[in-house]
Amino acid sequence: MNALRRVTPQLLTLAALVALVTVFFPDFLRIEVVNGRLVGTTMDILKRGAPVGLLAVGMTLVIATRGIDLSVGTTMAITGAVAAWSITQGYGLGGALGLALLAGVAAGLWNGTLVAIFGIQPIVATLILMTSGRGIAQLVTEGRILTFSHEGMAFFGSGDVLGIPAPALLWVLTAAGVAFLMRGSALGMLIEAVGVNRAASALAGVNATVLLIAVYVASGLCAALAGIVATADIRGADANNAGLWLELDAILAVVIGGNSLMGGRFSIAASLLGALIIQTIDTGILLAGFPSEYNLVIKAGLVLIILVLQSPNLSHHWYALRRAAQSRRETAMASAKETGQ
Amino acid sequence: MNPRLYPLAATIAIFLLAWVICVTQFPYMLSTRVAGNLLTDNAYLGIVAVGMTVVILSGGIDLSVGSVIAFSGVFIAVMLRDTGLHPISVFAVLLVITTGFGAAMGWLIHSLAMPPFIVTLAGMFLARGVAYMLTIDSVPIDHAFYDLLDDAYYLMPGKGRLTLIGVLMLITVFFGIIVAHRTRFGASVFALGGGEATARLMGVKVGRTTILIYAFSGLMAGLSGIVFSVYTSSGYPLATVGTELTAIAAVVIGGTLLTGGAGFVFGTLIGVLTMGLIQTYIVFDGSLSSWWTKIIIGLLLLAFILLQKGLLRVTTARVAV
Repeated sequence: MNALRRVTPQLLTLAALVALVTVFFPDFLRIEVVNGRLVGTTMDILKRGAPVGLLAVGMTLVIATRGIDLSVGTTMAITGAVAAWSITQGYGLGGALGLALLAGVAAGLWNGTLVAIFGIQPIVATLILMTSGRGIAQLVTEGRILTFSHEGMAFFGSGDVLGIPAPALLWVLTAAGVAFLMRGSALGMLIEAVGVNRAASALAGVNATVLLIAVYVASGLCAALAGIVATADIRGADANNAGLWLELDAILAVVIGGNSLMGGRFSIAASLLGALIIQTIDTGILLAGFPSEYNLVIKAGLVLIILVLQSPNLSHHWYALRRAAQSRRETAMASAKETGQ
Repeated sequence: MNPRLYPLAATIAIFLLAWVICVTQFPYMLSTRVAGNLLTDNAYLGIVAVGMTVVILSGGIDLSVGSVIAFSGVFIAVMLRDTGLHPISVFAVLLVITTGFGAAMGWLIHSLAMPPFIVTLAGMFLARGVAYMLTIDSVPIDHAFYDLLDDAYYLMPGKGRLTLIGVLMLITVFFGIIVAHRTRFGASVFALGGGEATARLMGVKVGRTTILIYAFSGLMAGLSGIVFSVYTSSGYPLATVGTELTAIAAVVIGGTLLTGGAGFVFGTLIGVLTMGLIQTYIVFDGSLSSWWTKIIIGLLLLAFILLQKGLLRVTTARVAV
């Protein structure tokens, strides 16, 4: 019940967006079965939203510790390049997936070590990998776009299970798994504790250093999954454009999900709804027939509205207003009682 | 020597060392041609990095500058194509727009108490989006005044060209040094970077200063956009993607603390030139691939951040003793 109330604003936003797009494009919600696969715009959104959705899962955890991971887009490029390279080198599907995930873990360890052990601000620490990561990815692909033809690998981009697109399934399962891990154990609460006050949580016996590193590793792993999906989707690794600016979309998804950049309480479900909202806007603008040039401006406008609604200053005003209304009601009731007697 | 000067000294030392290494391998790199090109090619980056330095000194960050540069180029190109306005009046209108844009972001940051990171991220989307809405094509600039600007250079001994935009960058850096280190506004910026609460207690007008800081960054981004349009003679909405990160890297390599409160505008110039030098070296070498630029810049970034961390520890330890 509480969890539902937490994501109500995001659900309402998404519903309003869907209604708005349906006005312009009546077939928006229709899903058909073609050749045993579910086909429709909503399926398309679920599929295309996979990279941002996957990144948002890791990003939520990082932001909950009062951090930020700017490197996820480049990590996607690196892991995608590693996956494509190992496929073309003949390591097979298992080898390719393993190496790509390993690259994601390495990226996460690097970021986590800089943040947790060297004490560098997260935004700076992850900036290093963000600026140099595409160079590393190009080193792997040797500056070319590495293409491959491997049905097993391509499955992660364009395959389907029981009619549901594989990327959509992947991000839903990942999110559910991580959410279960966080809320089924005390892990989520410990991460929130580190985000609220690292020193205090360390004094309370939380191993904040290990937890911080683990969070960045989780983000690296999510980025690796996103990188695999992106590479499998185009059956090739593009070191320059894979995951370009997706870190910003992922951060946006987390912020739209109502998670504070100041760390603390987090909700993975809300972040995922944020990712879906972003993807619905992207797809909706195209379907509604607007030229895609308007995409960024509309996105910027939306971010501003959400920022204003979430502003700490404004919430203070809201609180004051509500308190005032409440006290007025109480005095009114009290006076009503008095007159009644 | 004052420990606060160590990062600046390290920056200059690394730059000189890098140049010596370059010259020992390619003696021609010690020519006025290379020096002139270094200034010209990095003029737009140097100008925008001055604005970024002031923002970072205040403890903030401005992610919108790359998009603002692209918007500026497109705006100039479209205005010159569609109206009969003289470039100078277009420049004036543009600078008012970008300064106002920066001021608006500063106002939002202050009045909503939101992190600069997110507000300027929205600004980044907005500026890039407006540039797209103006045009999605690359618009060439064909104007007699632009030819004049392009041809304005001083031929140094050794046939190196000291171009107008290169000189403009040096003047901007000088202007930035005065603003940051010699004015009341600059003192407020440093105070704000040291901590908002203490700055407020010192009597700094936090709101006004925040608005001015981002307005200054917007002004520099607009100026940088003008320089970039002179440099490329065109406006393209997809240009200068990621310039904000390059500028931030230049500021950090220049010895400015990313947490704010300590740094030098002059260091930023050296940071920009160091990055330009790496690129020049790779061009001279010919066998190294361009992606090494990114990796080396990343390593430099790491080295400087660790150096700053170490210095901070040394200086605080001394205070404690």
